[in-house]
Amino acid sequence: MYSFNKTDEQRMLTDTVNRFATRTMRKVYREAEEGGAIPAEIIDTGWELGLLPASLPEDYGGFGEYSVLNGALYAEELGYGDFAIALEMLRPNQVAIPILLCGTEQQKEQYLPLFCDEEMPKVSAAFLEPTILFDPADLATTAAEEGDNYLLNGKKVMVIDGDEAELLLVYAREESSGQTQAYLVPTDAPGVIIGERDKWMGFHALKTYTVEFENVAVPKHNKLGGEQGIDLHKILNSSRIALASLAVGVARGAYEYALDYAKEREAFGEPIAHRQSIAFMLADMAIEVDAARLMTWEAAWKIDETGAGAHDAFLAHRYAADMALAVTDSAVQILGGHGYVREHPVELWLRNGRGIAVLLGAALV
Amino acid sequence: MPIEFKLPEHVENQTNLSKMLAVQVMRKISRHYDEHEHERPWEYINVIWPFMQQIEAADLKRSMRRNGGNGSKPKEGKKRPSTANVRLLHMIEALSWGDAGIYLDTPSSALAGAAINAVGTPEQKERFLKRFTEGEPKWGAMAITEPQAGSDTSAIQATATLDPETNEWVLNGEKIFVTSGSLAGKESPGIIVVWATLDRSLGRAGMRSFVVEAGTPGMTITKQEEKLGIRASDTVSIVFEDCRIPYDNILGSAELVKPDEKKTKGFKGAMKTFDASRPMVAASAVGIARAAFEFTRDKLAEQGITIPEYAPHHQLSAIQCDLIQMEMELKAAWLLTIRSAALMDAKQPNSIEASMCKVKAGKAVTAITQKCVELLGPLGYSREFLVEKWMRDAKINDIFEGTGQINTLIVARRILGYSRRELK
Ligand SMILES: Cc1cc2nc3c(=O)[nH]c(=O)nc-3n(C[C@H](O)[C@H](O)[C@H](O)COP(=O)(O)OP(=O)(O)OC[C@H]3O[C@@H](n4cnc5c(N)ncnc54)[C@H](O)[C@@H]3O)c2cc1C
Repeated sequence: MYSFNKTDEQRMLTDTVNRFATRTMRKVYREAEEGGAIPAEIIDTGWELGLLPASLPEDYGGFGEYSVLNGALYAEELGYGDFAIALEMLRPNQVAIPILLCGTEQQKEQYLPLFCDEEMPKVSAAFLEPTILFDPADLATTAAEEGDNYLLNGKKVMVIDGDEAELLLVYAREESSGQTQAYLVPTDAPGVIIGERDKWMGFHALKTYTVEFENVAVPKHNKLGGEQGIDLHKILNSSRIALASLAVGVARGAYEYALDYAKEREAFGEPIAHRQSIAFMLADMAIEVDAARLMTWEAAWKIDETGAGAHDAFLAHRYAADMALAVTDSAVQILGGHGYVREHPVELWLRNGRGIAVLLGAALV
Repeated sequence: MPIEFKLPEHVENQTNLSKMLAVQVMRKISRHYDEHEHERPWEYINVIWPFMQQIEAADLKRSMRRNGGNGSKPKEGKKRPSTANVRLLHMIEALSWGDAGIYLDTPSSALAGAAINAVGTPEQKERFLKRFTEGEPKWGAMAITEPQAGSDTSAIQATATLDPETNEWVLNGEKIFVTSGSLAGKESPGIIVVWATLDRSLGRAGMRSFVVEAGTPGMTITKQEEKLGIRASDTVSIVFEDCRIPYDNILGSAELVKPDEKKTKGFKGAMKTFDASRPMVAASAVGIARAAFEFTRDKLAEQGITIPEYAPHHQLSAIQCDLIQMEMELKAAWLLTIRSAALMDAKQPNSIEASMCKVKAGKAVTAITQKCVELLGPLGYSREFLVEKWMRDAKINDIFEGTGQINTLIVARRILGYSRRELK
């Protein structure tokens, strides 16, 4: 059947996250953005929601089942709250989900219980590289076999909370195969150099770092998935759905804000929403948000149901990225000069919205 | 029902049948009827008619049941969720993939049937719709548009006056752009639902719809249009001159209510048929768009240009980006369309969703077919392929059943909570 209703559990999930988004994230996002830091208590409250443990099986200390669709549902609400805080909340996913999807049994048993603790684990992923032609399947960071180790060399950016991380999941091109593989690297390993804090166009509240690897020796058993390695596209599918859902959330926030504003703001003696040129923009925004959500849900559903859906996820991410840019841009336009100043959130949402297209790998569900 | 994107098996089987028909019958005669406007595609009509009779019979039975009529009650507990609209949607999409103009010649009660099913009495359903379940092929049509009243249906001038002596309605006025008007009003014993006003001073509240049977004296087909596309489809003007119909041919109540009082049932009923028909127009649009997209994709694949399953943006050529763009738009339009029909099946309101999918599909099919002509170069523009025809056919979907702008207006009013006065 075709059906678009959430189950009771899914509704509870989205209601809970929506409450966190509207009551907590929305209260602090501007201050966090201007101050360049997310308050610690916000992160704690978010972690207490237990989103990640709810997607991990009981065998590893969790209390649920992995579902990309559920991930899509909660990621939309997080994106609706604030993009920076959402990326922070999804940081542990960046490590846990690849382990769950591709790890050996031993790796799962060793690492997954970490993600079911009361404290948010100090882990992060190193995936993006400082290049204009970034290709996840052809990374510049390399892993060369040497005896019982791999030697990692290269430079990564967008390592969330890299300054505090104790364990990194580092993606690199395995020299023998030319494939992208992932390696679990403790940050105290010699040669791991935590560099400068990155500066991005959006999400200033999020601390991300450049990290360099200079002949970092990683024991072979730290290669994710053992000899077989990872299925990169399984991981990327999860990222595509995460980013598409975040995009839908960001755009939905911008659409709602612009809608309310347009009904209040008067020009030429009437609310500006009385004019078709404004009202039609809003209608198109509503349609596009819904369309992107449906594409994301369909792709997520397919992945859960059949394991296929890579192309659908690719299309959903691409569509949602374009949509988020267009919708947040329209929101700025509808607010006019007031949309351009930092007193209103729409300028931030436009900056964040632009990021969706280029951050593949930076968020997973 | 949880979130799910699965086509039920029985719908899939029926859709496969439509697909077969599209390939084996429609595509073969597509160009002929494009070049022979006003000829009727009997090859298609005769094949589809038995299926349409079955669908009409099921619709009638369901609709009678709603009236508490003599249709049998569904068995308790065993009820499968309805898929009637989703099924019809897939059928229309597949047939329009075959040929959208020929699809519009499908013998059925069409919009007239939808209107009668929505607000008609059991007696009216029996009298007007039974004919579509038996005998020779017949058509239904809906006549709203007039020379001076298109998007603005409140400007309708055609009048209906009651002759108390004979207890008949007397219709006067001119209707234009009536799809299947000649097939329904002249070439078969069909029916036409005609909108007219009982009292012009009441605006919308004075409007009613009436069923006129084929061959009724005073109803004349005056013009067959010549069009940009969907040339196989019959589009006519109809003049009513003292056209007399029985009192019981009015749909809904004849009682008039002032505009500031509660909205009248008659007009609301008529608007409700749009909630059902807009997703179907969107489905037709998606069918054309898919035809053009698949053809273009396959032709380009012969030249070694294919769509990767995934790739970073910088590794895509301009043509690949165009193909991906089309594929995304197609998917977005189709999913919005399916949602609006699935809501109807679930008996939930779908007005805004119906307009949303109509806006999206109208835009998407226009852009996609136009792009396909370009991507295929001189041959895309040539009448050797069907792509140029699909581009011409596509455009109507952004015009009838409410133009793109009118449906955008409906969405806008809904989300803003505005009346017609606040957002014109
Ligand atoms: C092939 C074909 C088949 C048809 N079949 C039928 C049929 O079976 N039955 C039937 O009754 N009609 C039918 N129609 C008529 C069709 O529904 C109308 O053409 C359509 O509703 C638009 O009306 P119009 O042509 O008078 O354009 P107008 O109403 O004159 O509109 C002209 C332009 O102005 C725009 N516009 C109008 N009002 C507004 C507004 N408030 N805000 C913004 N923009 C606005 C429109 O979107 C359009 O772009 C058919 C038309 C065609 C071409």
